[in-house]
Amino acid sequence: MYVIIAGGGKVGANVVRTLLRLGHEATLVEQRRDRYERLEDEFGYQVQQGDATELFVLERAGIARPPDIVVAVTGDDEDNIVICQMAREKYGVEKVIARVNDPRNEEHFDLLGISPTISTTSSVMALIEHEVPEHELVHLLELRKENLEIVEVQLDERSPAAGKRVERLDLPEGARLISVMRDGRAEIAVGSTELRSGDQVLAILEPGRESELRRVLLKQ
Amino acid sequence: MRALVIGCGRVGSTVAKRLAADGWDVAVIDEREEALERLGERWTGRFIVGHGMDTRVLIDGGIEDADAAVVATDGDNTNLVIGQVAQRRFGVESVVVRVLDPARATLYAELGLNTISPTARAIDELSEWVAAHARSRAHT
Repeated sequence: MYVIIAGGGKVGANVVRTLLRLGHEATLVEQRRDRYERLEDEFGYQVQQGDATELFVLERAGIARPPDIVVAVTGDDEDNIVICQMAREKYGVEKVIARVNDPRNEEHFDLLGISPTISTTSSVMALIEHEVPEHELVHLLELRKENLEIVEVQLDERSPAAGKRVERLDLPEGARLISVMRDGRAEIAVGSTELRSGDQVLAILEPGRESELRRVLLKQ
Repeated sequence: MRALVIGCGRVGSTVAKRLAADGWDVAVIDEREEALERLGERWTGRFIVGHGMDTRVLIDGGIEDADAAVVATDGDNTNLVIGQVAQRRFGVESVVVRVLDPARATLYAELGLNTISPTARAIDELSEWVAAHARSRAHT
């Protein structure tokens, strides 16, 4: 696999180090001279100095091959967006991964279809949500490899989902309801299942999307 | 007609003043408060202190009803992102973006953004001037 990484900070440098150790081919692009020199001591020709939002810098790094993945992890969100757009639109790179530094910019990445994104703030928030026990939403099972989890949600009379059919719910992307437990009996949740106050619902979703699920099932 | 000018440097401030003189209702956004001085004492339009990447600032500047947006901060990539947000998210009819780097200006023009590269214009004009001057000397 060939990967170009833009941004040689802690994230970029560690990604390159790991990729090389796994036997992949990678080029790291770092703009700052002082950082570049330190990185060059370790990575040699696999690091290049330059502004990765300049086409000639990307071309020197081999963007025209094209690489299997471009990873944009500079400290500047606008730069990361532009790097990913250029890689995709001009060079036909199929996979891009971008870092979001300021979570308020996440909507711009979404608008321009740059995904997946990684954001330290969002990850910490997801962990906080995950770690802090909440009564209405209980984590039952974590499927780490699949990046999925199963949660149990207890609906009450204030639930916006009470009285609605499952197919009418605006569930978070990738989330599904598995089953509904009512009066001690469980049934598989299908599109026509109508939810009621008092239901215990099992749902499967990506970790970190709990708050979206909560909005649909719990918050009035 | 309403216009939003993002970036109040030499270019943005002058464009804002010209549009206002032509009768446009102009709002200007810049993250530096002192940039207001560039608009002069007689400026009667709006001036919002904030970053153009901040959606709330754009909305505050009236982007939702703007007929035109001129994006001219000092960062090419910032301009490219704000320009796309204005066009795609807020549906601003006329969006024009200043991009110093000719390569990026051309690429984003192909992607449907109206980009203007002062660098590309300077390159063209300087080369044309030299060529024209050489021609005129050859005739004499």
